[in-house]
Parts: sequence; C-alpha cells; structure tokens
Amino acid sequence: MELNVNGVTHPISSSPLTSLLEVLRQELGIVSPKVGCRQGACGTCTVLVDGEPRRACLVAVATLQGAEVTTLEGLGTAPDGLAPVQEAFHAGYAAQCGYCTPGMLMAAHALIQRAGGPVYREQVIEALSGHICRCTGYVKIVDAVIAASRGQVDSAEFDQLLRPEPSEPEIEVKGSPA
Amino acid sequence: MRASDTEVLTPGSAAQAVEAFGDGRGITVFAGGTILMPEIAAGRYPRGGRTLMLDRAGLDQLDQLGGDGTVAIGAMVPLSKLAGSRIEPLAAAAREVGDLEIRAQATIGGNLCAPPAAESPRGDLQAALLAMGARVRSAGKAGERTESVEDFLARSEDETRLVLAIEVDKPRRASYLSLRRPHAHSYAAMTVACAQNDGNGGVRVAAGGVAPRAKRLHGVERALAEGASGEDAAARALDEVDPQDDALASAWYRRNVLPTLITRALEQLQGG
Repeated sequence: MELNVNGVTHPISSSPLTSLLEVLRQELGIVSPKVGCRQGACGTCTVLVDGEPRRACLVAVATLQGAEVTTLEGLGTAPDGLAPVQEAFHAGYAAQCGYCTPGMLMAAHALIQRAGGPVYREQVIEALSGHICRCTGYVKIVDAVIAASRGQVDSAEFDQLLRPEPSEPEIEVKGSPA
Repeated sequence: MRASDTEVLTPGSAAQAVEAFGDGRGITVFAGGTILMPEIAAGRYPRGGRTLMLDRAGLDQLDQLGGDGTVAIGAMVPLSKLAGSRIEPLAAAAREVGDLEIRAQATIGGNLCAPPAAESPRGDLQAALLAMGARVRSAGKAGERTESVEDFLARSEDETRLVLAIEVDKPRRASYLSLRRPHAHSYAAMTVACAQNDGNGGVRVAAGGVAPRAKRLHGVERALAEGASGEDAAARALDEVDPQDDALASAWYRRNVLPTLITRALEQLQGG
C-alpha cells in the first residue's frame, strides 16, 4: 500500500495490522510521534488523520489507504515556520521534558482548527484530557493553547491569560488532566 | 511484526462482510481497533486465522427509521457520533468513554462485542443498550437474525456473530450513572442505566461492571412494577448479580455501592 504523510506519498511494506506509530517511526523514520503506552492511554503518539487527531498506536496502517497523515514534522519547523501552537508552547514555557509535547501540539492544533478562533479553557481541557503530562501540571500547556487560539504567541502577552474572561463558563473539574 | 500471520480481509460492502465472515470460525472482527491494537502490541492477538477489517464495509450509518423515534445504528458508528446524539441513555454512556480521540475511533459494535478483560469489565455502553431494549441485527451461523441485546449478550461464548446494526427506540425518560476511577481511560467500575418508554411499559434497569457482561436487573424492575420505592427496589439487585473483585474495584465495594447507584439513577429518571 501507499501512505501519504505530510504531503509525501510513501510505499509501505509493513503488514496491514502494523500500527501507524510503528510504520512512521521504524519504516519511515518520522520520529516526532513518541512511543508511550502503546495502548491509547497516554496521547504522546497523537497525529492527524485527515485533520482529526488520532492515536497512531491504535490505528492499523491498512485503514489509511487514501488518507492524509500529518505529524509534527508537517505542522511547522523552527526557526521561521512554526505553527501558532508551537510558538505559544515555546513562549509560554509549556514544555518541560517534552515527551508529551508532540501529541499535545497535534491535539491542540486540531482543536484550534475546529474552533476556527479563540477557545475556552474548558474546551482545551476536554481536548487534552487524553494527553498525560507528568511534568508541568498542565497549567502552562492549557494557557499556551488558549494563547495560540487568540493569536497571542508573544511571551509578554501570557500574564493576562491567567485572568479568565467574564463570559467564560465555570470549569467542572473531572478526570485527568485537571 | 507479531500479527503478520493473520490473513487480512477488507470487504467493500456489508454483503461482502457477511460472506467473508461465514460462520465466524477462525475470524477476528476488527472494527475501530481501540481494543485490538493494544492486544497486538502486547503480543496477545490470535495467531493465524483471518482478520475481518470493517472500515470499508459501509456499516457506519445512523438512520432514523420512520417518525416514531426508532434509530438504526450501524455497527461501525463511532462513539463520538453517539455522544453528540440525543439518543439517551446511550449518548450519556458514550460521552464518558475514553477521550475525544478514542471516542472518534471506537465503535458501538466493538463496544457491544468487547470481551471482558482480565483486569476489568469492558463494554460501557451495554447497560444503556439493555435499558433501552435495543435489538441487535447480526450475521453468522444459520444466517442473519435480529434479537434483543439481552439475548445477544447471553449467547454461548463459542457462538461468534458479526454485528451489522443496533436498533433502539428513544425512551421517554432515561438516566445513566457510572462509578469511575479518576483517569480518562479506565473502564467504568460500574454503570447503571434506566429507561422508560411511552405506553404502559415499566421501567427497564440494567447494570454493567457487575458480571462479565452487563445485565438487566429483572428483580429490580418487578419490584418497581409492584410499587416498591426506588431504594427498596434497588436493594433487590444483589439477589441477581454477584459482583467480583478486579483491578477497578473489589466485590465488597461493588455490592455496597450498587444499590445506591441504582437508587440515584431511578431518582434521576423520575426527575428528568
């Protein structure tokens, strides 16, 4: 079969039930999706399939004939081509060890694309609820996604994000990550 | 690659899927893959045999049947679509499964057929489907048939069926409650769903996490029909289920919490 990743079509020789994660990392050498739990529970291998976030460890490559896969490599590259979420993560110190960051960025990017504009804290928490970070406590990650959705990716603008907008709904804290 | 010795079949229509499935012997049905892919990663996937991939079989339609609130849900309809529907209590149950990404990939057919795991029950939608009196259309040995979800879940373990669609009637009132661990990805320790239809039908009550597969609680329903209070009816549940210890909760804990969960679900049903 053939697989389209970041706009490039690759012939694939892995067997049909090989996970997309394994194909990306081992057959194609695309290593931004990280190997975490391999059971869909940690979120770090998240990539976009036709623009929607999916766990690369849970997707069998055979189901991707004709689909467009986007990994972090296809989102943007430093120094000049970063996507707003990447800029915001950088400016807002939203990464510590960085292992969860690729998955967080892909899910956050998809959320902002879906919303088409500023997102509420509650929406970010829902969108990232399957993404586990053991370093940050999530606050700076969520702030960075909100900043990116508003186009405020300069570090000087981050402080004002800590004040919720009056119109913002109350957050019902429930499950991870909050 | 551990799963490479399975022969992969990718039917392009429901009819081809039924033909390829045959009597189901030696076949692993692959729907969304959220349960099977971790099995492959862990080296627990069935060796040899054939794998029936359903992603191109066109079983992902959600159709209104007539104007009376009956809905036919294709086996490959993702949980995200159910979560956003108003088909209660199924929608409430679907909203609590995993996270956005898991719900977009996991299917109702897979959830209904999920075998219990060693460490926990699976199939968090089963109680909701039982309470709704859902009907399952499936293919397999002796052809196609439609039966109640209760009969479907109670079939013998060696009878494998290919689920094609699930038909539900939207109840007049519904409620759903679950007991969860504080992690987005664990299965619910227990689920309780209640539904009441128009007409003189009584309340249907079902619980998950109390047996390998979810169960309808006929004793509780009978007690309600005889005029018992919710609390008294709920206490009958322990006569018909025998919860077990697993990684999510102990049997003792489940026995103590189940009646309360049912009582609250019944209160919610009357309130809403």
